[in-house]
Amino acid sequence: MKNKAMIKTAFRAAFPKTIPIMTGFLFLGAAYGIYARSAGLPIAVPIIMAAVVFAGSMEFVAVDMMTAAAIFDPWGALVMAVMVNARHLFYGISMLDKYKNVGAKRWYLIFGMCDESFSINCTTDIPEGVDKGWFYFFVTMLNQCYWITGTALGAFAGSFFSIEGIDFVMTALLTVLFVDNLLKEKSHLGSVVGVCAALVCLLIFGGDSFIIPAMLMILLGLTLLRKPIERKLAP
Amino acid sequence: MTGLQYAAIIGAVAVGTMLTRFLPFLAFGREKPAPKYVQYLGKALPGAALGLLVIYCVRSVDVTAGNHGIPMFAAMLITTGLHIWRRNMLLSIAVGTAAYILLINFAF
Repeated sequence: MKNKAMIKTAFRAAFPKTIPIMTGFLFLGAAYGIYARSAGLPIAVPIIMAAVVFAGSMEFVAVDMMTAAAIFDPWGALVMAVMVNARHLFYGISMLDKYKNVGAKRWYLIFGMCDESFSINCTTDIPEGVDKGWFYFFVTMLNQCYWITGTALGAFAGSFFSIEGIDFVMTALLTVLFVDNLLKEKSHLGSVVGVCAALVCLLIFGGDSFIIPAMLMILLGLTLLRKPIERKLAP
Repeated sequence: MTGLQYAAIIGAVAVGTMLTRFLPFLAFGREKPAPKYVQYLGKALPGAALGLLVIYCVRSVDVTAGNHGIPMFAAMLITTGLHIWRRNMLLSIAVGTAAYILLINFAF
């Protein structure tokens, strides 16, 4: 009984924190679902991906890698996922202590650590008397439920209609994420390296095979520019 | 693609994503902090990877033929401008996408 009350209290503390995310995830999830359907994927694919990957921008990219026109390349997809989600390394390092001593929930918390769950769990001061493990759990789980629900609604709706040009939603999302990151980051060198390496490799290798060389060039560039970038990143 | 190929791509993307999420918890701790180089990449890669993805989105635009990519670049400008102005992610995405849909269906 005491346990039940504890879980309820944690849910009541966590739910309000996730409300702003709800709108965003339902909207973007729906856009992602419609986009996946208009790209010709079976209805289950975006929904399964929402459940087992739960990393928005990478799911859009993965849809692109599964269209009829795409070349089947699981290794490329794996490397791309590591690169695109490298920021999670940094999240994990920040959450090492917070996600300690929360029992088996720990593994789910790590699995579901998207940007939004990370930022809530990292910045919220958990009120007195609320169990931190269950609080983190509900934030993560609710966010994932919003994303899966939005995706399922979109994928379902996308079975009945398609709009010419809806695929731009992926470009818009990534443009916004890129601009938003530019406005926040302390050093723009990394972003400049990314764009330049991608452009150079696109011109040399063409649209079908520029990703891997561009990634290598980015790693090389970031490694060479480590000193100046770290100097600017330092608080 | 076949069902198996879909499963392979989804599996690969899931494994890649989970590597980045689980690695710090499995490999590093208080006694064994993450190597400085890994910490650095965690901070410097996001901007670079997003830059790469933006280029990835426009990779098949042919600026020498057809509509010369004008609708795409115009809609990207609208998205960017609106985002700098209002800083509202959903608004920027919704208006930018709507602008693109209108442009390619009615203007080009």
